[in-house]
Amino acid sequence: MNTGFAGSQTAIEFLYLIASALFILSLKWMSAPQTARHGVWAGEIGMVAAIAGTLLHRGIVDYRWIAIALVIGSGIGIPLGLVHMTAVPQRTALSHAFGALCVTLVGTAEFYLRTPSVPHFLMAVLSMEVILGSLTFTGSLMAAGKLQEILPQRPLTYQGQNFVNLSLLAMAIVVAVYLVLHPDTRQLFPAIIAIPLIFGVLMIVPIGGADMPTVISLLNSYAGLSAAAMGFVLDSKLLIIAGALDGSSGFILSVIMSKAMNRSFTNVLFGAFGQVQASEAEGRGEDKTVRSATAEEAAGILAAANRVVIVPGYGMAVAQAQHKVRELYDSLSKRGVEVRFAIHPVAGRMPGHMNVLLAEADIPYDRLIEMDEINGDFPQTDVALVIGANDVTNPSARSDQSSPIYGMPILDVDKARTVMVIKRSMSPGFAGIDNPLYYMDKTLMLFGDAKSFVNRIVHELSGNTHPH
Amino acid sequence: MNSGLIDGLFVFMLAGFVGFEVIRRVSPLLHTPLMSLTNALDAIAVVGAIVLVGEQKSKLALALGVVAVIAATSNAVGGFLITDRMLKMFKTSRPTKP
Repeated sequence: MNTGFAGSQTAIEFLYLIASALFILSLKWMSAPQTARHGVWAGEIGMVAAIAGTLLHRGIVDYRWIAIALVIGSGIGIPLGLVHMTAVPQRTALSHAFGALCVTLVGTAEFYLRTPSVPHFLMAVLSMEVILGSLTFTGSLMAAGKLQEILPQRPLTYQGQNFVNLSLLAMAIVVAVYLVLHPDTRQLFPAIIAIPLIFGVLMIVPIGGADMPTVISLLNSYAGLSAAAMGFVLDSKLLIIAGALDGSSGFILSVIMSKAMNRSFTNVLFGAFGQVQASEAEGRGEDKTVRSATAEEAAGILAAANRVVIVPGYGMAVAQAQHKVRELYDSLSKRGVEVRFAIHPVAGRMPGHMNVLLAEADIPYDRLIEMDEINGDFPQTDVALVIGANDVTNPSARSDQSSPIYGMPILDVDKARTVMVIKRSMSPGFAGIDNPLYYMDKTLMLFGDAKSFVNRIVHELSGNTHPH
Repeated sequence: MNSGLIDGLFVFMLAGFVGFEVIRRVSPLLHTPLMSLTNALDAIAVVGAIVLVGEQKSKLALALGVVAVIAATSNAVGGFLITDRMLKMFKTSRPTKP
């Protein structure tokens, strides 16, 4: 390294070092709601420091295009940062796609700039970068499309699906290995982009809405790993660190989500989603009877309770009922009823989604209780009110070995003294599995749209002014 | 194999472990903002794209680089923005100030 160059190079590396430290601090501060916003600031400062450092790079001959691209990118980013909270899952999937796109394009440019003299190890990480990047790109676009309901949400499965998908992936890897050994065969390079692009689409075809939390986490992990691979190609420690952090975050979330869905991790890795659920949808229990109740009766029971646990599911978000639920929470709290919310890890369409929706409706976060923590409290709960959740409350997951969801951790709603379920009709849930909870003697079915039913309960409670 | 790659592997290994330990402690309450934050941090790939655009070594590299900078910048801006919006909504029922 020559001396004139060393000055700015040291400054750049120093800024990258600061950025890396800030990124780690940023994630550390995310651990609790009290410090989480500091985490965002640390991340922002780190990002600005890193970009500033990069602009000092000696090889840069022209800043015009950089400025134009930064301005356009910010222009696209601002509206994407202002989407409605219910749209956060598809926004997240879309940003996995953008991240993967960036990595793939840089990898492609680097390949054509460096060939024919690419060392083997470099070519190997470059292939990994491009393969992971392109499959994450189309996979994330597909996921975003399904979440936005532009694409059909139903999982599409066919015979030999896994074989087709895995063969495609294997093919891409074979081409990549050949390229590592013969980096001068430039004409083969488009194949390790095109094949993973197709694989990404096919990978998401069999995925249904309820599997989305796992899939989004997995794509998050892939996006991170491809960025880390890019770090190796560019010899940038900062990128390796950021990629490793993102990759491990996505990996941890995928493991948590797959455990909450009772899927093995290999099942998740090979994308064999949707299969368990397709198996059994026979209409059992047509002649079983259910007890239903009116809003007035429900309001009376809730007002007489000491402890109420509300179990929200994605159905609540679909019905846009969270603000009405907040009114119910306020109304009951004012009467001295203790109201808490039981949050299943896969409630919603991405990890933690339900918490964000309830926080947006101004429900204090210390009322949102995780599954493991609240399950022990159900026997002391007077009323469990289920709104738009189904499979995560199904007791056959605990007891019925023939059930497709057997073994999945559930909220022990059936142990509460009284259970109330707001549901449109008796049709089975997403997974097509009958829920014995509905036929229990202590269960009252509240038939109707979640938003209007909760509204009627709130109305009854406010009309009924004498305290219990 | 050159020493830069070995250094890189060490950094990757260490950062992976740090990531595991730090992220394991994140409350499930915040998993959605966590994902949008890591997404924004991942947009650091923009540094590679900026160099590509600035060096203008070929027309192809410039074109691909410009799109890459746009994609990464929109992730960084949008990601930090929405993460902060989400975190602002998390309030406790206990008064924070006496």
